Amino acid sequence: MIGLQHYLVVSAILFVMGVLGIFLNRKNVIVILMAIELILLSVNINLVAFSAYLHDLVGQVFAMFVLTVAAGEAAIGLAILVIYFRNRGTIAVDDVDRLRG
Amino acid sequence: MDYAQNLLITLPELILSIGAIVLMMVAAYAGDRATRPIGWAAVLLFVAALIASLFPAGIGFGGLYKADAFSAFAKALIYGGAAVSVILAPDFFERRGGQLRAEYPVLLLLSGVGMGMMVSATDLLTLYVGLELQSLAAYVLASFMRRDARSAEAGLKYFVLGALASGILLYGIALLYGFTGTTQFSGIAAAIGAGPLSTGLLFGIVFAMAGIAFKISAVPFHMWTPDVYEGAPTPVTGFFASAPKVAAMGLMVRLTVEAMGPAYESWRQIVIFSALASIVLGAVAAIGQKNIKRLLAYSSINNVGFALIGLAAVQPGRPEGVASVMTYMAIYIVMTLGSFLVVLQMRDAEGNNVETIASLSGLSRTHPALAAAFAVFMFSLAGVPPLLGFWAKFVVFDAAVKAGLWPLAAIGIAASVISAFYYLMIVKTMYFDEPAPAYHRVENKIEGGLIAVTALAVSPLGYFLIPLLADLSTNAAQALF
Repeated sequence: MIGLQHYLVVSAILFVMGVLGIFLNRKNVIVILMAIELILLSVNINLVAFSAYLHDLVGQVFAMFVLTVAAGEAAIGLAILVIYFRNRGTIAVDDVDRLRG
Repeated sequence: MDYAQNLLITLPELILSIGAIVLMMVAAYAGDRATRPIGWAAVLLFVAALIASLFPAGIGFGGLYKADAFSAFAKALIYGGAAVSVILAPDFFERRGGQLRAEYPVLLLLSGVGMGMMVSATDLLTLYVGLELQSLAAYVLASFMRRDARSAEAGLKYFVLGALASGILLYGIALLYGFTGTTQFSGIAAAIGAGPLSTGLLFGIVFAMAGIAFKISAVPFHMWTPDVYEGAPTPVTGFFASAPKVAAMGLMVRLTVEAMGPAYESWRQIVIFSALASIVLGAVAAIGQKNIKRLLAYSSINNVGFALIGLAAVQPGRPEGVASVMTYMAIYIVMTLGSFLVVLQMRDAEGNNVETIASLSGLSRTHPALAAAFAVFMFSLAGVPPLLGFWAKFVVFDAAVKAGLWPLAAIGIAASVISAFYYLMIVKTMYFDEPAPAYHRVENKIEGGLIAVTALAVSPLGYFLIPLLADLSTNAAQALF
Protein backbone atom coordinates (compact mmCIF):
# COMPACT_ATOMS: atom_id res chain seq x y z
CA MET A 1 0.00 0.00 0.00
CA ILE A 2 1.43 3.36 -1.02
CA GLY A 3 0.69 6.02 1.59
CA LEU A 4 1.35 9.68 2.19
CA GLN A 5 4.89 9.08 3.41
CA HIS A 6 6.00 7.53 0.14
CA TYR A 7 4.89 10.59 -1.78
CA LEU A 8 6.61 12.88 0.70
CA VAL A 9 9.86 10.95 0.39
CA VAL A 10 9.76 11.05 -3.42
CA SER A 11 9.02 14.75 -3.29
CA ALA A 12 11.87 15.41 -0.84
CA ILE A 13 14.30 13.48 -3.08
CA LEU A 14 13.21 15.47 -6.14
CA PHE A 15 13.54 18.73 -4.21
CA VAL A 16 17.08 17.93 -3.08
CA MET A 17 18.00 16.86 -6.61
CA GLY A 18 16.70 20.18 -7.91
CA VAL A 19 18.65 22.23 -5.39
CA LEU A 20 21.82 20.22 -6.01
CA GLY A 21 21.23 20.64 -9.75
CA ILE A 22 21.44 24.40 -9.32
CA PHE A 23 24.53 24.43 -7.14
CA LEU A 24 26.62 21.53 -8.46
CA ASN A 25 25.99 22.13 -12.15
CA ARG A 26 28.96 23.97 -13.68
CA LYS A 27 28.13 23.57 -17.34
CA ASN A 28 24.96 25.02 -18.68
CA VAL A 29 22.33 27.54 -17.60
CA ILE A 30 19.58 25.53 -19.33
CA VAL A 31 20.22 22.72 -16.83
CA ILE A 32 19.55 25.25 -14.05
CA LEU A 33 16.15 26.04 -15.60
CA MET A 34 15.39 22.31 -15.63
CA ALA A 35 16.46 22.01 -11.98
CA ILE A 36 14.07 24.86 -11.08
CA GLU A 37 11.21 23.02 -12.80
CA LEU A 38 12.17 19.90 -10.82
CA ILE A 39 11.85 21.84 -7.54
CA LEU A 40 8.42 23.19 -8.50
CA LEU A 41 7.22 19.73 -9.52
CA SER A 42 8.39 18.24 -6.23
CA VAL A 43 6.30 20.87 -4.46
CA ASN A 44 3.31 19.94 -6.61
CA ILE A 45 3.63 16.28 -5.66
CA ASN A 46 3.66 17.37 -2.03
CA LEU A 47 0.59 19.56 -2.45
CA VAL A 48 -1.47 16.96 -4.28
CA ALA A 49 -0.46 14.19 -1.86
CA PHE A 50 -1.49 16.33 1.12
CA SER A 51 -4.68 17.32 -0.67
CA ALA A 52 -5.68 13.68 -1.22
CA TYR A 53 -4.69 12.73 2.33
CA LEU A 54 -6.63 15.58 3.93
CA HIS A 55 -9.66 15.23 1.60
CA ASP A 56 -9.30 18.95 0.97
CA LEU A 57 -9.33 20.49 -2.51
CA VAL A 58 -7.27 23.58 -1.70
CA GLY A 59 -4.01 21.71 -2.24
CA GLN A 60 -4.96 20.76 -5.79
CA VAL A 61 -6.09 24.30 -6.58
CA PHE A 62 -2.74 25.48 -5.27
CA ALA A 63 -0.95 22.98 -7.51
CA MET A 64 -2.75 24.45 -10.56
CA PHE A 65 -1.56 27.93 -9.55
CA VAL A 66 1.99 26.64 -9.16
CA LEU A 67 1.86 25.05 -12.63
CA THR A 68 0.66 28.32 -14.18
CA VAL A 69 3.25 30.45 -12.45
CA ALA A 70 5.97 27.92 -13.33
CA ALA A 71 5.07 28.31 -17.01
CA GLY A 72 5.39 32.09 -16.76
CA GLU A 73 8.62 31.77 -14.85
CA ALA A 74 10.14 29.45 -17.46
CA ALA A 75 9.15 31.87 -20.24
CA ILE A 76 10.82 34.81 -18.50
CA GLY A 77 13.87 32.72 -17.63
CA LEU A 78 14.36 31.65 -21.23
CA ALA A 79 13.85 35.25 -22.46
CA ILE A 80 16.54 36.52 -20.09
CA LEU A 81 18.80 33.66 -21.17
CA VAL A 82 18.33 34.66 -24.82
CA ILE A 83 19.36 38.29 -24.25
CA TYR A 84 22.28 37.07 -22.15
CA PHE A 85 23.40 34.78 -24.98
CA ARG A 86 23.12 37.63 -27.51
CA ASN A 87 25.42 39.77 -25.40
CA ARG A 88 28.01 37.19 -24.44
CA GLY A 89 27.76 34.35 -26.96
CA THR A 90 27.87 31.71 -24.22
CA ILE A 91 25.58 30.17 -21.63
CA ALA A 92 28.25 28.30 -19.65
CA VAL A 93 27.75 28.79 -15.91
CA ASP A 94 31.43 29.50 -15.29
CA ASP A 95 31.30 32.46 -17.67
CA VAL A 96 28.62 34.27 -15.67
CA ASP A 97 31.21 36.24 -13.75
CA ARG A 98 31.30 39.83 -15.01
CA LEU A 99 29.84 41.17 -11.78
CA ARG A 100 32.25 40.59 -8.94
CA GLY A 101 33.46 43.08 -6.37
CA MET B 1 -20.71 39.84 1.01
CA ASP B 2 -21.38 40.04 -2.71
CA TYR B 3 -18.84 40.09 -5.47
CA ALA B 4 -18.90 43.86 -6.03
CA GLN B 5 -18.03 44.49 -2.39
CA ASN B 6 -15.15 42.03 -2.64
CA LEU B 7 -13.84 43.86 -5.68
CA LEU B 8 -14.18 47.21 -3.93
CA ILE B 9 -11.88 46.02 -1.14
CA THR B 10 -9.16 45.32 -3.70
CA LEU B 11 -9.59 48.77 -5.29
CA PRO B 12 -5.86 49.73 -5.21
CA GLU B 13 -4.91 46.52 -7.05
CA LEU B 14 -7.81 46.96 -9.49
CA ILE B 15 -6.70 50.49 -10.35
CA LEU B 16 -3.11 49.37 -10.94
CA SER B 17 -3.87 46.21 -12.91
CA ILE B 18 -6.50 47.75 -15.19
CA GLY B 19 -4.25 50.77 -15.65
CA ALA B 20 -1.30 48.51 -16.52
CA ILE B 21 -3.33 46.64 -19.14
CA VAL B 22 -4.63 49.84 -20.74
CA LEU B 23 -1.16 51.43 -20.77
CA MET B 24 0.29 48.25 -22.27
CA MET B 25 -2.19 48.58 -25.16
CA VAL B 26 -1.29 52.25 -25.57
CA ALA B 27 2.38 51.27 -25.64
CA ALA B 28 1.70 48.59 -28.23
CA TYR B 29 -0.01 51.00 -30.63
CA ALA B 30 1.80 54.29 -29.96
CA GLY B 31 5.29 52.77 -29.63
CA ASP B 32 8.23 54.10 -27.65
CA ARG B 33 7.52 57.77 -28.35
CA ALA B 34 4.61 57.50 -25.89
CA THR B 35 6.96 56.46 -23.08
CA ARG B 36 6.98 59.75 -21.17
CA PRO B 37 3.18 60.22 -21.17
CA ILE B 38 2.81 56.56 -20.14
CA GLY B 39 5.29 57.18 -17.33
CA TRP B 40 3.30 60.14 -16.03
CA ALA B 41 0.08 58.16 -16.35
CA ALA B 42 1.71 55.41 -14.26
CA VAL B 43 2.66 57.95 -11.60
CA LEU B 44 -0.95 59.16 -11.51
CA LEU B 45 -2.15 55.56 -11.18
CA PHE B 46 0.20 54.99 -8.25
CA VAL B 47 -1.11 58.15 -6.59
CA ALA B 48 -4.72 57.02 -7.19
CA ALA B 49 -3.93 53.58 -5.75
CA LEU B 50 -2.24 55.22 -2.76
CA ILE B 51 -5.35 57.27 -2.05
CA ALA B 52 -7.58 54.20 -2.55
CA SER B 53 -5.46 52.16 -0.14
CA LEU B 54 -5.96 54.70 2.66
CA PHE B 55 -9.53 53.51 3.16
CA PRO B 56 -9.16 50.05 4.68
CA ALA B 57 -12.30 48.05 4.12
CA GLY B 58 -11.98 44.64 5.73
CA ILE B 59 -11.54 41.08 4.56
CA GLY B 60 -12.40 40.04 1.02
CA PHE B 61 -12.67 36.92 -1.14
CA GLY B 62 -13.43 34.51 1.68
CA GLY B 63 -10.36 35.37 3.73
CA LEU B 64 -7.81 35.49 0.91
CA TYR B 65 -7.22 39.22 1.07
CA LYS B 66 -7.33 41.78 3.83
CA ALA B 67 -7.22 45.55 3.68
CA ASP B 68 -6.43 46.94 7.12
CA ALA B 69 -4.36 49.71 8.71
CA PHE B 70 -1.20 47.61 8.34
CA SER B 71 -1.65 47.06 4.61
CA ALA B 72 -2.61 50.74 4.16
CA PHE B 73 0.63 51.87 5.82
CA ALA B 74 2.77 49.47 3.81
CA LYS B 75 0.98 50.28 0.55
CA ALA B 76 1.46 54.01 1.04
CA LEU B 77 5.23 53.40 1.27
CA ILE B 78 5.26 50.93 -1.62
CA TYR B 79 3.26 53.02 -4.08
CA GLY B 80 5.19 56.16 -3.13
CA GLY B 81 8.52 54.43 -3.68
CA ALA B 82 7.40 52.90 -6.96
CA ALA B 83 6.11 56.27 -8.24
CA VAL B 84 9.50 57.86 -7.53
CA SER B 85 11.17 54.96 -9.40
CA VAL B 86 8.99 55.74 -12.45
CA ILE B 87 9.86 59.43 -12.33
CA LEU B 88 13.62 59.01 -12.15
CA ALA B 89 13.93 56.54 -15.03
CA PRO B 90 13.39 58.34 -18.39
CA ASP B 91 16.48 60.59 -18.34
CA PHE B 92 18.74 57.72 -17.35
CA PHE B 93 17.56 55.41 -20.12
CA GLU B 94 17.62 58.15 -22.75
CA ARG B 95 21.26 58.86 -22.04
CA ARG B 96 22.06 55.16 -22.36
CA GLY B 97 21.51 55.12 -26.10
CA GLY B 98 17.75 55.42 -26.41
CA GLN B 99 16.91 52.27 -24.51
CA LEU B 100 13.93 54.03 -23.01
CA ARG B 101 10.99 51.78 -23.59
CA ALA B 102 7.31 52.06 -22.78
CA GLU B 103 7.27 48.72 -20.96
CA TYR B 104 9.20 50.14 -18.02
CA PRO B 105 6.30 51.96 -16.29
CA VAL B 106 3.96 49.07 -17.13
CA LEU B 107 6.28 46.56 -15.47
CA LEU B 108 6.52 48.78 -12.41
CA LEU B 109 2.71 48.93 -12.26
CA LEU B 110 2.44 45.13 -12.42
CA SER B 111 5.13 44.83 -9.78
CA GLY B 112 3.06 47.28 -7.70
CA VAL B 113 0.01 45.02 -7.99
CA GLY B 114 2.11 42.11 -6.72
CA MET B 115 3.55 44.12 -3.85
CA GLY B 116 0.09 45.29 -2.81
CA MET B 117 -1.11 41.70 -2.76
CA MET B 118 1.91 40.66 -0.69
CA VAL B 119 1.13 43.04 2.17
CA SER B 120 -2.60 42.27 1.99
CA ALA B 121 -2.24 38.48 1.85
CA THR B 122 -3.98 36.51 4.57
CA ASP B 123 -3.69 33.19 2.77
CA LEU B 124 -0.67 31.28 1.49
CA LEU B 125 -2.17 31.31 -2.02
CA THR B 126 -2.41 35.13 -2.21
CA LEU B 127 1.03 35.34 -0.65
CA TYR B 128 2.53 33.14 -3.37
CA VAL B 129 0.75 34.78 -6.32
CA GLY B 130 1.59 38.29 -5.09
CA LEU B 131 5.22 37.42 -4.49
CA GLU B 132 5.59 35.84 -7.93
CA LEU B 133 3.91 38.77 -9.69
CA GLN B 134 6.36 41.12 -8.02
CA SER B 135 9.36 38.85 -8.71
CA LEU B 136 8.61 38.10 -12.36
CA ALA B 137 8.32 41.82 -13.11
CA ALA B 138 11.53 42.43 -11.16
CA TYR B 139 13.54 39.84 -13.16
CA VAL B 140 12.59 41.62 -16.38
CA LEU B 141 13.40 45.03 -14.90
CA ALA B 142 16.87 43.88 -13.79
CA SER B 143 17.76 42.89 -17.35
CA PHE B 144 15.99 45.88 -18.86
CA MET B 145 19.02 47.25 -20.76
CA ARG B 146 19.03 44.43 -23.24
CA ARG B 147 22.23 45.42 -25.02
CA ASP B 148 24.24 45.74 -21.83
CA ALA B 149 26.02 42.51 -20.82
CA ARG B 150 26.08 43.50 -17.13
CA SER B 151 22.36 44.17 -17.02
CA ALA B 152 21.62 40.83 -18.71
CA GLU B 153 23.88 39.03 -16.26
CA ALA B 154 22.21 40.75 -13.32
CA GLY B 155 18.83 39.61 -14.63
CA LEU B 156 20.06 36.05 -15.10
CA LYS B 157 21.53 35.83 -11.60
CA TYR B 158 18.46 37.40 -10.04
CA PHE B 159 16.20 35.02 -11.93
CA VAL B 160 18.06 31.82 -11.01
CA LEU B 161 18.44 32.65 -7.33
CA GLY B 162 14.95 34.17 -7.14
CA ALA B 163 13.38 31.07 -8.66
CA LEU B 164 15.30 28.90 -6.19
CA ALA B 165 14.00 31.06 -3.34
CA SER B 166 10.41 30.75 -4.63
CA GLY B 167 10.91 26.98 -4.77
CA ILE B 168 12.11 26.89 -1.17
CA LEU B 169 9.22 29.11 -0.08
CA LEU B 170 6.75 26.87 -1.93
CA TYR B 171 8.15 23.76 -0.29
CA GLY B 172 7.61 25.44 3.07
CA ILE B 173 4.08 26.42 2.04
CA ALA B 174 3.29 22.82 1.04
CA LEU B 175 4.51 21.57 4.42
CA LEU B 176 2.54 24.24 6.30
CA TYR B 177 -0.57 23.27 4.35
CA GLY B 178 -0.03 19.55 4.89
CA PHE B 179 0.55 19.72 8.61
CA THR B 180 -2.16 22.28 9.42
CA GLY B 181 -4.77 21.32 6.79
CA THR B 182 -5.41 24.90 5.69
CA THR B 183 -3.76 27.72 3.78
CA GLN B 184 -5.43 30.54 5.70
CA PHE B 185 -3.21 32.44 8.12
CA SER B 186 -5.84 32.35 10.89
CA GLY B 187 -6.32 28.60 10.46
CA ILE B 188 -2.57 27.98 10.51
CA ALA B 189 -2.23 30.02 13.70
CA ALA B 190 -5.05 28.02 15.31
CA ALA B 191 -3.44 24.70 14.29
CA ILE B 192 -0.01 25.79 15.56
CA GLY B 193 -1.49 26.97 18.84
CA ALA B 194 -3.42 23.72 19.36
CA GLY B 195 -0.45 21.62 20.45
CA PRO B 196 3.33 21.16 20.46
CA LEU B 197 5.08 22.01 17.21
CA SER B 198 5.56 18.94 14.99
CA THR B 199 8.80 18.45 13.05
CA GLY B 200 7.05 18.83 9.72
CA LEU B 201 5.52 22.13 10.79
CA LEU B 202 8.88 23.39 12.03
CA PHE B 203 10.42 22.55 8.66
CA GLY B 204 7.56 24.37 6.96
CA ILE B 205 8.18 27.50 9.04
CA VAL B 206 11.94 27.38 8.38
CA PHE B 207 11.55 26.91 4.61
CA ALA B 208 8.89 29.62 4.27
CA MET B 209 11.00 32.10 6.22
CA ALA B 210 14.08 31.21 4.18
CA GLY B 211 12.20 32.00 0.98
CA ILE B 212 11.08 35.40 2.26
CA ALA B 213 14.52 36.14 3.74
CA PHE B 214 15.81 35.95 0.18
CA LYS B 215 13.36 38.65 -0.93
CA ILE B 216 14.44 41.06 1.82
CA SER B 217 18.07 40.02 1.13
CA ALA B 218 18.79 39.03 4.71
CA VAL B 219 21.89 36.93 5.45
CA PRO B 220 22.31 33.98 4.66
CA PHE B 221 20.23 34.60 1.52
CA HIS B 222 21.86 37.86 0.51
CA MET B 223 24.44 36.65 -2.04
CA TRP B 224 22.49 37.92 -5.05
CA THR B 225 22.16 41.48 -3.75
CA PRO B 226 25.54 43.09 -4.58
CA ASP B 227 25.70 41.56 -8.07
CA VAL B 228 22.13 42.44 -9.01
CA TYR B 229 22.36 45.95 -7.56
CA GLU B 230 25.58 46.61 -9.46
CA GLY B 231 24.45 45.21 -12.80
CA ALA B 232 20.85 46.44 -12.94
CA PRO B 233 20.17 49.93 -14.37
CA THR B 234 20.46 52.51 -11.56
CA PRO B 235 16.74 53.51 -11.46
CA VAL B 236 15.87 49.81 -11.20
CA THR B 237 18.42 49.36 -8.40
CA GLY B 238 16.82 52.27 -6.57
CA PHE B 239 13.47 50.54 -6.99
CA PHE B 240 14.79 47.17 -5.74
CA ALA B 241 16.22 48.81 -2.65
CA SER B 242 12.97 50.56 -1.74
CA ALA B 243 9.44 49.35 -2.53
CA PRO B 244 9.97 45.54 -2.84
CA LYS B 245 11.93 45.57 0.43
CA VAL B 246 8.99 47.16 2.23
CA ALA B 247 6.58 44.70 0.60
CA ALA B 248 8.65 41.65 1.53
CA MET B 249 9.18 42.95 5.05
CA GLY B 250 5.43 43.56 5.38
CA LEU B 251 4.82 40.02 4.15
CA MET B 252 7.36 38.64 6.63
CA VAL B 253 5.72 40.54 9.49
CA ARG B 254 2.21 39.45 8.57
CA LEU B 255 3.21 35.81 8.06
CA THR B 256 5.14 35.58 11.32
CA VAL B 257 2.59 37.45 13.42
CA GLU B 258 -0.73 36.34 11.93
CA ALA B 259 0.09 32.79 10.82
CA MET B 260 2.97 31.74 13.06
CA GLY B 261 2.25 33.91 16.08
CA PRO B 262 1.84 31.01 18.56
CA ALA B 263 5.20 29.55 17.48
CA TYR B 264 7.06 32.81 18.04
CA GLU B 265 9.74 31.19 20.18
CA SER B 266 10.74 29.02 17.21
CA TRP B 267 10.87 31.66 14.48
CA ARG B 268 12.37 34.27 16.75
CA GLN B 269 15.64 32.32 16.81
CA ILE B 270 15.78 32.43 13.03
CA VAL B 271 15.02 36.16 12.99
CA ILE B 272 17.66 36.91 15.64
CA PHE B 273 20.33 34.94 13.79
CA SER B 274 19.41 36.56 10.48
CA ALA B 275 19.35 40.05 12.01
CA LEU B 276 22.78 39.74 13.61
CA ALA B 277 24.36 38.09 10.57
CA SER B 278 22.89 40.76 8.24
CA ILE B 279 24.10 43.64 10.38
CA VAL B 280 27.62 42.29 10.78
CA LEU B 281 28.06 41.13 7.18
CA GLY B 282 26.50 44.31 5.78
CA ALA B 283 28.89 46.39 7.87
CA VAL B 284 32.11 44.44 7.27
CA ALA B 285 31.72 43.49 3.59
CA ALA B 286 30.91 47.05 2.51
CA ILE B 287 34.23 48.44 3.72
CA GLY B 288 36.36 47.36 0.76
CA GLN B 289 33.87 48.25 -1.99
CA LYS B 290 34.84 50.56 -4.85
CA ASN B 291 31.47 50.75 -6.58
CA ILE B 292 28.83 52.97 -5.00
CA LYS B 293 25.93 50.72 -6.03
CA ARG B 294 27.65 47.67 -4.51
CA LEU B 295 28.27 49.64 -1.35
CA LEU B 296 24.61 50.64 -1.17
CA ALA B 297 23.69 46.97 -1.67
CA TYR B 298 25.65 46.01 1.45
CA SER B 299 24.14 49.02 3.19
CA SER B 300 20.67 47.67 2.40
CA ILE B 301 21.61 44.25 3.80
CA ASN B 302 22.82 46.02 6.93
CA ASN B 303 19.58 48.04 7.24
CA VAL B 304 17.38 44.97 6.80
CA GLY B 305 19.24 43.48 9.76
CA PHE B 306 18.23 46.43 11.94
CA ALA B 307 14.60 46.14 10.83
CA LEU B 308 14.69 42.42 11.74
CA ILE B 309 15.76 43.35 15.28
CA GLY B 310 12.35 45.01 15.56
CA LEU B 311 10.68 41.84 14.31
CA ALA B 312 12.57 39.77 16.88
CA ALA B 313 10.97 41.92 19.57
CA VAL B 314 7.46 40.86 18.54
CA GLN B 315 5.64 38.85 21.19
CA PRO B 316 1.97 37.94 21.51
CA GLY B 317 0.04 40.98 22.66
CA ARG B 318 2.99 43.34 22.19
CA PRO B 319 2.67 45.30 18.94
CA GLU B 320 5.65 47.62 19.64
CA GLY B 321 7.98 45.37 17.65
CA VAL B 322 5.82 45.54 14.52
CA ALA B 323 5.44 49.31 14.88
CA SER B 324 9.22 49.68 15.09
CA VAL B 325 9.76 47.57 11.94
CA MET B 326 7.30 49.69 9.97
CA THR B 327 8.80 52.94 11.27
CA TYR B 328 12.25 51.71 10.31
CA MET B 329 11.13 50.75 6.80
CA ALA B 330 9.37 54.12 6.31
CA ILE B 331 12.50 56.08 7.19
CA TYR B 332 14.77 53.64 5.33
CA ILE B 333 12.82 53.95 2.07
CA VAL B 334 13.27 57.75 2.09
CA MET B 335 17.01 57.54 2.83
CA THR B 336 17.67 54.90 0.22
CA LEU B 337 15.64 56.59 -2.54
CA GLY B 338 17.50 59.82 -1.80
CA SER B 339 20.87 58.06 -2.02
CA PHE B 340 20.02 56.50 -5.38
CA LEU B 341 18.75 59.85 -6.69
CA VAL B 342 22.20 61.24 -5.91
CA VAL B 343 23.91 58.25 -7.55
CA LEU B 344 21.87 59.01 -10.68
CA GLN B 345 23.45 62.48 -10.82
CA MET B 346 26.99 61.00 -10.95
CA ARG B 347 27.97 61.57 -14.59
CA ASP B 348 31.33 62.29 -16.17
CA ALA B 349 32.02 65.22 -18.49
CA GLU B 350 30.33 63.51 -21.45
CA GLY B 351 27.21 62.78 -19.43
CA ASN B 352 27.84 59.02 -19.00
CA ASN B 353 27.02 57.51 -15.64
CA VAL B 354 29.92 56.68 -13.38
CA GLU B 355 29.69 54.46 -10.32
CA THR B 356 33.08 54.52 -8.63
CA ILE B 357 33.38 55.99 -5.16
CA ALA B 358 36.67 57.61 -6.18
CA SER B 359 34.83 59.81 -8.67
CA LEU B 360 33.03 61.45 -5.74
CA SER B 361 36.33 63.05 -4.62
CA GLY B 362 36.02 66.74 -3.91
CA LEU B 363 32.35 66.82 -4.82
CA SER B 364 31.84 69.47 -2.14
CA ARG B 365 33.85 71.94 -4.23
CA THR B 366 32.31 71.20 -7.64
CA HIS B 367 28.69 70.47 -6.60
CA PRO B 368 28.24 71.73 -3.02
CA ALA B 369 24.47 71.17 -2.85
CA LEU B 370 24.66 67.60 -4.16
CA ALA B 371 27.52 66.80 -1.76
CA ALA B 372 25.56 68.23 1.15
CA ALA B 373 22.50 66.14 0.28
CA PHE B 374 24.57 62.96 -0.09
CA ALA B 375 26.31 63.69 3.22
CA VAL B 376 22.89 64.01 4.88
CA PHE B 377 21.83 60.61 3.51
CA MET B 378 25.09 58.96 4.54
CA PHE B 379 24.98 60.41 8.08
CA SER B 380 21.33 59.38 8.32
CA LEU B 381 22.03 55.81 7.14
CA ALA B 382 24.84 55.65 9.67
CA GLY B 383 22.36 56.69 12.39
CA VAL B 384 24.12 59.87 13.50
CA PRO B 385 21.85 61.57 16.06
CA PRO B 386 20.47 64.82 14.66
CA LEU B 387 19.20 63.03 11.54
CA LEU B 388 16.11 60.90 11.16
CA GLY B 389 18.06 57.66 10.61
CA PHE B 390 18.98 57.82 14.28
CA TRP B 391 15.32 57.77 15.28
CA ALA B 392 14.71 54.66 13.13
CA LYS B 393 17.51 52.77 14.89
CA PHE B 394 16.45 54.10 18.29
CA VAL B 395 12.91 52.78 17.83
CA VAL B 396 14.00 49.21 16.98
CA PHE B 397 16.60 49.08 19.75
CA ASP B 398 14.02 50.43 22.19
CA ALA B 399 11.55 47.70 21.18
CA ALA B 400 14.27 45.04 21.52
CA VAL B 401 15.30 46.22 25.00
CA LYS B 402 11.67 46.34 26.16
CA ALA B 403 11.24 42.74 24.96
CA GLY B 404 14.24 41.72 27.05
CA LEU B 405 16.55 41.28 24.06
CA TRP B 406 19.19 43.70 25.30
CA PRO B 407 22.17 41.54 24.17
CA LEU B 408 20.78 41.73 20.63
CA ALA B 409 20.42 45.51 20.90
CA ALA B 410 23.94 45.84 22.31
CA ILE B 411 25.52 43.85 19.47
CA GLY B 412 23.42 45.83 16.96
CA ILE B 413 24.67 49.15 18.35
CA ALA B 414 28.27 47.93 18.29
CA ALA B 415 27.93 46.80 14.67
CA SER B 416 26.31 50.09 13.64
CA VAL B 417 29.58 51.77 14.67
CA ILE B 418 31.42 49.57 12.15
CA SER B 419 28.95 50.45 9.42
CA ALA B 420 29.33 54.15 10.26
CA PHE B 421 32.94 53.79 9.09
CA TYR B 422 32.15 53.36 5.42
CA TYR B 423 29.37 55.94 5.37
CA LEU B 424 31.81 58.42 6.85
CA MET B 425 34.47 57.35 4.32
CA ILE B 426 32.17 58.60 1.56
CA VAL B 427 31.65 61.90 3.34
CA LYS B 428 35.42 62.20 3.77
CA THR B 429 35.95 61.45 0.07
CA MET B 430 33.49 64.17 -0.91
CA TYR B 431 34.74 66.85 1.48
CA PHE B 432 38.45 66.30 2.06
CA ASP B 433 39.94 64.53 -0.98
CA GLU B 434 41.50 66.24 -3.97
CA PRO B 435 38.79 67.00 -6.55
CA ALA B 436 38.27 64.44 -9.30
CA PRO B 437 37.18 65.68 -12.76
CA ALA B 438 33.94 67.58 -12.29
CA TYR B 439 30.61 66.00 -13.06
CA HIS B 440 28.46 66.99 -15.95
CA ARG B 441 26.05 69.63 -14.69
CA VAL B 442 22.56 68.20 -14.70
CA GLU B 443 19.50 70.31 -15.31
CA ASN B 444 16.67 68.13 -14.12
CA LYS B 445 14.36 70.14 -11.89
CA ILE B 446 12.26 67.13 -10.85
CA GLU B 447 15.17 64.96 -9.72
CA GLY B 448 16.77 67.95 -8.00
CA GLY B 449 13.50 68.70 -6.25
CA LEU B 450 13.10 65.07 -5.14
CA ILE B 451 16.64 65.08 -3.71
CA ALA B 452 15.85 68.27 -1.80
CA VAL B 453 12.57 66.87 -0.45
CA THR B 454 14.09 63.54 0.67
CA ALA B 455 17.11 65.29 2.20
CA LEU B 456 14.83 67.65 4.14
CA ALA B 457 12.70 64.70 5.28
CA VAL B 458 15.66 62.90 6.86
CA SER B 459 17.21 66.12 8.19
CA PRO B 460 16.37 67.25 11.76
CA LEU B 461 13.25 68.87 10.25
CA GLY B 462 11.95 65.33 9.80
CA TYR B 463 11.49 65.09 13.57
CA PHE B 464 8.28 67.07 13.13
CA LEU B 465 6.93 64.00 11.30
CA ILE B 466 7.67 61.62 14.18
CA PRO B 467 4.35 61.98 16.08
CA LEU B 468 2.45 61.29 12.85
CA LEU B 469 4.71 58.35 11.96
CA ALA B 470 4.39 56.92 15.48
CA ASP B 471 0.58 57.16 15.33
CA LEU B 472 0.35 55.52 11.92
CA SER B 473 2.80 52.71 12.68
CA THR B 474 1.15 51.94 16.03
CA ASN B 475 -2.23 51.79 14.31
CA ALA B 476 -0.76 49.53 11.64
CA ALA B 477 0.80 47.24 14.22
CA GLN B 478 -2.38 46.97 16.27
CA ALA B 479 -4.27 45.79 13.20
CA LEU B 480 -2.26 42.55 13.36
CA PHE B 481 -2.96 41.71 17.00
